[in-house]
Amino acid sequence: MRRARVAYAGAIHSAVAHEEANTLLLADGRRVAGTDVVWLPPFEVGTIIALGLNYADHAKELAFNAQEEPLVFLKGPGSLIGHRGVTRRPADVKFMHYECELAVIIGRRATQVRRAAAMEHVAGYCIANDYAIRDYLENWYRPNLRVKNRDGGTVLGPWFVDAADVADPANLGLRTSVNGKVTQQGNTRDLIFDIPYLIEYLSSFMTLAPGDVILTGTPEGVANVMPGDEVACEIDGLGRLVNTIAADGVFGR
Amino acid sequence: MAGICTIPFDAAPFRLSGTVYGTLLNHRSALAELGEKASLPPYNAPPRAPVLYIKPRNTLAISGERIEIPAGMPDLEVGACLGVVIGRTACKVSVAAALDHVAGYVIVNDVSVPHDTFYRPSIRLKARDGFCPLGPAVARRSAIAEPDTLVVRTYVAGVLVQTYTTTDLVRPVAQLLSDVTEFMTLGPGDVLAVGAARPSPRVRAGEIVDIQIDGIGTLSNPFAAAAL
Repeated sequence: MRRARVAYAGAIHSAVAHEEANTLLLADGRRVAGTDVVWLPPFEVGTIIALGLNYADHAKELAFNAQEEPLVFLKGPGSLIGHRGVTRRPADVKFMHYECELAVIIGRRATQVRRAAAMEHVAGYCIANDYAIRDYLENWYRPNLRVKNRDGGTVLGPWFVDAADVADPANLGLRTSVNGKVTQQGNTRDLIFDIPYLIEYLSSFMTLAPGDVILTGTPEGVANVMPGDEVACEIDGLGRLVNTIAADGVFGR
Repeated sequence: MAGICTIPFDAAPFRLSGTVYGTLLNHRSALAELGEKASLPPYNAPPRAPVLYIKPRNTLAISGERIEIPAGMPDLEVGACLGVVIGRTACKVSVAAALDHVAGYVIVNDVSVPHDTFYRPSIRLKARDGFCPLGPAVARRSAIAEPDTLVVRTYVAGVLVQTYTTTDLVRPVAQLLSDVTEFMTLGPGDVLAVGAARPSPRVRAGEIVDIQIDGIGTLSNPFAAAAL
């Protein structure tokens, strides 16, 4: 099942994909076009856990050596937006880039879970676009929140896809296109730390709760984006997450 | 129970959102402790913008709750902080208007596994279950005339081990709110811990940590060895 959370006609609704193309079926029975709703992140988001440099090729791209422990950072809820949202690019920056990532949504409380049982704690998946602005990188608590936790910097959606509907999350193609031109490609089989490992590792010191989400990292191919660019992140079986870059003026700056 | 978010501040405008941000190196003593190391690799330069981190919901605990010291660790660091509770949405606020966005203040104990790097410390050092007690309750903003002159006292096992004042913040409260909300919006109920003094006091199993700030009260938590 593919589920969405959308705002429509004065309320927030849960919805599912209708068999008709680009159509949503709201829980109250209404059928609406996907372009007539505001798409929200497709679930109630708890702790946002993100991986840095979790694809071998991307680590190489950033001249980073192989690691013994996952590089994990946290993001706040203020950075979240949904499908078809808008992300601001400040006028003074030189390098702002997208990061297409498989997002793993926790469905069952997890404390000290072993690898073999880890996948039982996964409710489903969605696509994440985890923006960064390199200009603001400082060597303190990398990556610092000014780089990674900006308003509109975490795009989630469009769908919450049930775990049962994803046969092999360790073999999903990812690709990002900017204005229709493919700029990033990868496959989750190249994750340095795979999903069961990450759940075992994280739950060894922190309790994971339903709604917590793990953004599993991005492959090589990050590229600068400019105001007006349409950025689309796709993952096999999960859909296509679209987002637009906007200039300061849109935000009254 | 550790890992479950139970915050007894469930009344507007003091209803916490469960989002807690901490601020690194915002007390002069913390920068002084680093000295010239702040300008050497891997840091290369002292922080320019505020450096924040997140204490996720599994870390939240209330006053009185027992905090576990993980097996094999002799002690933990106590990070006694003033916490600013946001009252209304704060985006790109001016210094002059910053405090208008504050609902009140709370004491935050930003607990860490001792470590000596600020470059890319693992979140397992700061994001463990129970590692962010806060309380004892939210004091109204009107009860705190001047957030930049508060005395923060930390007692471990009844002994006063650290006293500092918020006068020595690198960015005072209003300045910090202005600089933070330039790049990220804070919402009602979000807590921004404004930074701890260094060196950090340590706590061992069997000891109680009391952090006291006049006008807010005392945040008190016993620390115990984790069950094996």
